[in-house]
Amino acid sequence: MSRGMVIIGAGMAGHRAVISLRASGYDGPITVIGDEALMPYDRPPLSKAAITDENEPKPVWLMDEDIAASLKADIRKSVSATKIDPLAKTVSFSSGENVPYEKLLLATGASPRKLNCLGGEHALLLRNFEDAIALRERFLPGKKIVIIGGGFIGLELASSASKRGCEVTLIEAQPRILMRGVPEPIAKIVHDRHAKAGVRMMIGIGIQSLTASTVHLADSTAIPADTIAAGIGAAPRTSLAADAGLTIDNGISTDETLRTSNPDIYAAGDCCSFTHPHYGRRLRLEAWRNAQDQGNVAAENMLGANKPYRAIPWFWSDQYDLSLQIAGLADAGPVTVTRKLSDDSLLLFHLADSGKLMGASGIGPGNSIARDIKLAEMLIAKGASPLASQLEDPQVQLKALLKG
Amino acid sequence: MTNWIQTLATDDVATEDVSRFDHAGRTFAIYRSPDDKFYATDGLCTHEKVHLADGLVMDNIIECPKHNGRFDYTNGKAMGAPVCINLKTYPVKIEGGKVFIDIG
Repeated sequence: MSRGMVIIGAGMAGHRAVISLRASGYDGPITVIGDEALMPYDRPPLSKAAITDENEPKPVWLMDEDIAASLKADIRKSVSATKIDPLAKTVSFSSGENVPYEKLLLATGASPRKLNCLGGEHALLLRNFEDAIALRERFLPGKKIVIIGGGFIGLELASSASKRGCEVTLIEAQPRILMRGVPEPIAKIVHDRHAKAGVRMMIGIGIQSLTASTVHLADSTAIPADTIAAGIGAAPRTSLAADAGLTIDNGISTDETLRTSNPDIYAAGDCCSFTHPHYGRRLRLEAWRNAQDQGNVAAENMLGANKPYRAIPWFWSDQYDLSLQIAGLADAGPVTVTRKLSDDSLLLFHLADSGKLMGASGIGPGNSIARDIKLAEMLIAKGASPLASQLEDPQVQLKALLKG
Repeated sequence: MTNWIQTLATDDVATEDVSRFDHAGRTFAIYRSPDDKFYATDGLCTHEKVHLADGLVMDNIIECPKHNGRFDYTNGKAMGAPVCINLKTYPVKIEGGKVFIDIG
C-alpha cells in the first residue's frame, strides 16, 4: 500500500482537510478514520435542532458516501486508531491494519468532561448524534430536567428543553453563567432570557452528589429530576498523541503552521493547542469555524504550503430568539466599550491598553448583530485601533471604520 | 413569462448593502452595489435557510450571517464551503424610485 494522507477523526476538521487536500491538487490516497458509525456530520445542531425539531431528526451530513466517493476518500467508520509509530510512519487501526502515512493529521476532537462527584454517572453528556437523540427522547413535555453547567452546551440544552415544554433547572457553580470568555453584560441578557422562559436558574452553588432521580446541592437542597444532563466543558483527546511522544500542552501542541513536535504530524480542531500570531499566546479553541479553518490550513501545510494559521477566533451560540457571537478574544482587551442597541441587544468592543481592538462580543435577536461582529472581526484582523467614541455610537457604521 | 413585482423603494437599500423583502410567502434579498446598481436574489442562504439580509455586503459579495457562506450576489455564484449551491437571482428594474424584480 502506497503512503498517503491519513486523518484521524471524522468531524469538521477532518472533513475539511479532505476537501482542502483535493482542492490543493493532491491526488494520492486519503484515509479518514472515525470511531462513530456515521459519515462525517455537523455538530452544532446537536444541542438545538436535533432536540427541538418536530420531525425525527437526521444528522446534517458534511460528507455523504457519494461525496466521499467523488473525492476518492476512504472514510472508515467505527474504527479508531490504537497506536502511532512515528519512526515507521504507520498508524495501527482497531480493525488490525497498519496503515502507512506520508503525513498524518490528528483531528481527534474533545470529550465532554464527566461530573466528578458521587453518582456523577447519572448525568447524561452530549457530544455525538446518538447522545442528542438520547436527550431528545427524555426531553418530553412536563418532564423535570436538571442541567448542570452554565456554559454554551448547558445553556443551549436548557433552551431546547424549555422549548420542548420541560420543567428546567440550570445549576452553575460559578458566580454567574458563561464565566469563560463571555463578558458579564452579555451573560446577564442570556441569564434573564432563560429566567423569562421559566428556567429555574440556580447560580453560584455546587453539586454534592447525584442519584438517578435527584440532584443534591452543596447546601443539601435536593432537586428532583427525571433526567440530569451535564455540560461542564470538554477535554482534548490527546492520549494517542502523548503515547507517540508528541508534545502536549492543554491539547496537542503545534506551531503556527499547525505542525506538532513531529514534522510529519499535524493537528487541527478541538484537540489542537496552537500559538496564534495575532494574540502571541497559545490557544485551544472548541469552535466550529476554528475546526473548519484549521482543517483547511493543516491540509495545505501537509502539502508543504508552510502557511501560518491566523484566522481570528469566532463563534456563536443560539438560545431562544437570541444569538450571541464573539470575534477575537473578549478577555484579551482590558478596556471595554459598549454600544447599546436595545434592551436585549448590545455590542461590546474589547480594546488593549494601546487602543488596538482585540475582541468584540454581541448579542441580539436573530442574526441582528452578525454583520457588526463580522466587521469587528475584520477590524481585529487588520490590527485597527478605532476610537472609543466611534465604537460606542450606534450611528457610526463599522464599515466606515474599516474603510477609513 | 415575466411577472414583475414592486419591492422596496431605492432609498430603503443603502449603498453596498442589502435589505429583505417578503412577498406571498417568499423572501428575497435586494442589494445595492458600490457602483449603485440594484440586484435581487432568493432571501435564504442555500446552506441552512438563514436570511441573507442580516449578512454583510462587501463589494459584490454577500456573506451569510451564520456560517460565513459567500455568494456573488450579481450572479448568484456560491464562492466555496460551506456553500456549494448557487443562489437564484432575479432581473431588476428601477421605476419611479422603486425596485421591481421579475419573479416570473
